[in-house]
Amino acid sequence: MSSAVLLEVRKVVKRFGGLVAINGVSFDVHEHEVLGLIGPNGSGKTTMMNLISGALPATDGYIAMDDKLLTDLPTRKIARAGIARTFQLVKVIPSMTVLENVMAGAVFGHKKLWGHALAVYAERQLERVGLFGVSHKPTADLTYIDQKRVELARALASDPKVILLDEWLAGLNPTELQTGIELIRSLRDDGRTVILVEHVMDAIRSLCDRCVVMSTGNIIAQGTPADVLADPQVIEAYLGEDYE
Amino acid sequence: MKLTQTDVWRGVAILLVFFVLAWLPAVPGADGWLSIVVPITMYTVLATSWAIFSGPTHYVSLATAAFFGVGSYTLALGLDSVPYPLLLLMAAVLGGVMAALVGWATLRLSGVYFVIFTLGLAELIRQVFTWYQNNMGGTRGSYVFTDFTDAHIYWQLLALALLVYLVGWLINRSRLGFAIRIIGGDESVAKHSGINVAWSKIVLFMVSGSVAAVVGAILAPRFVYIEPAMAFNPQLSFMVVIMALLGGTQRLWGPLMGAIPFALVWEIIASNFPAQTTLLMGLAFLLVVFYIPNGISGVVLRWYHQARARQGVNHE
Repeated sequence: MSSAVLLEVRKVVKRFGGLVAINGVSFDVHEHEVLGLIGPNGSGKTTMMNLISGALPATDGYIAMDDKLLTDLPTRKIARAGIARTFQLVKVIPSMTVLENVMAGAVFGHKKLWGHALAVYAERQLERVGLFGVSHKPTADLTYIDQKRVELARALASDPKVILLDEWLAGLNPTELQTGIELIRSLRDDGRTVILVEHVMDAIRSLCDRCVVMSTGNIIAQGTPADVLADPQVIEAYLGEDYE
Repeated sequence: MKLTQTDVWRGVAILLVFFVLAWLPAVPGADGWLSIVVPITMYTVLATSWAIFSGPTHYVSLATAAFFGVGSYTLALGLDSVPYPLLLLMAAVLGGVMAALVGWATLRLSGVYFVIFTLGLAELIRQVFTWYQNNMGGTRGSYVFTDFTDAHIYWQLLALALLVYLVGWLINRSRLGFAIRIIGGDESVAKHSGINVAWSKIVLFMVSGSVAAVVGAILAPRFVYIEPAMAFNPQLSFMVVIMALLGGTQRLWGPLMGAIPFALVWEIIASNFPAQTTLLMGLAFLLVVFYIPNGISGVVLRWYHQARARQGVNHE
């Protein structure tokens, strides 16, 4: 990729007591790219996402966006700087309506709307993710997949520069998967930068401009999906010995 | 946001109700039952302001007695030297500052620590006052001599209730109110949405603390003689929690639905079974939590929605 570096991750370390979850990881994320963060279970992908979004503080190293140091900032300021996310286990507020859930993303952060403008804007985000006619339903009434859409709409509502998707495509059926892939691709076309943690190989191959492969807290390969998936080290660590 | 027509009519209706209520002391023979109406109004104000913070955040505060006591003592100690309205203001400020300090120290912690801390707070302040009065002041208590009758106290509480409803309504439709609902729903979502979680909680806790302190100040003349064990009575904190939960905290008018029946029943219990009050309070608490977790207002709202849903079906 030739475009400018947006997010810099440098020598980031995360320890949980004696356990080293992230062991001095460095990589760049370029503007308007879809970066896949992949690796076997327990390799530290979600921890890395949590460090970028500020859900967890880094033990060492730094993360910067546009030369602005994000590490040590409280989560809310990282959100205000333009980083939004979805969670591996969907986090929506079941007692609120669908629309209210989406509105939550556009009031306090990067975008500060209120009143009628907010409602209209949130409604548009719902249409964007393909949810129609459910705005005033309690979010608890929606299926798991639709709740994932609500979560994405909330993230989009903040008009983020960087959007972190933690296994957002997991659990979709083949048709939904195609729609989901198209949706994520359209985010990049909107000029956003997407970092996704994903296990769905089809999605990684067709979506990602580049991949960072992690294993036990280290980066073992970086490059285009085709290159990294052909790397013997990746095949051994990630896909197992049975892979042929 | 602009006022809708419903908002205006609701406001007019509420003002009318308060206007009518203000005439209660003029009813012949009112002196007798004002002694029940005053505590009911007091508990309504306390439970409503408690719910403004604890309802959406689910942080159970047992600090009501601490704020109440500080308010009472503000009045008792300042009555001779400071004009009365200024004392109410001072109580509000002190209550707010205290809530800010407690909130700052504990609201980052999880709910359980907060509960214990707030319970301990009232006890701590009570002990400090007792120690001070024993060792420095000479007497255990303070006299509060005013010309106020129950009617005066009732009117002040009524005005405060109106203010609390107004503030609660304003908060509910503000960004702060929206933020606190998100925080109550999922704190990590709130943080990732850019909400200053600690600040939002502290501001609401300050509102609740201020109100409780002012109530303490207003009620002080009624006691005539106040001493720490009375001003910082932990039973008050528990009563407020039970009433708010009984009424339900999802709506601003919820705690009212709990304060009125519970205060009435309590009046009977306290006069007939004075030795068993704590036991009965515990039982009441269990019954509320097990059988009407969303309170009376929760039940009312459910009926209302069911009725509307049925009507909707009939129309089609």
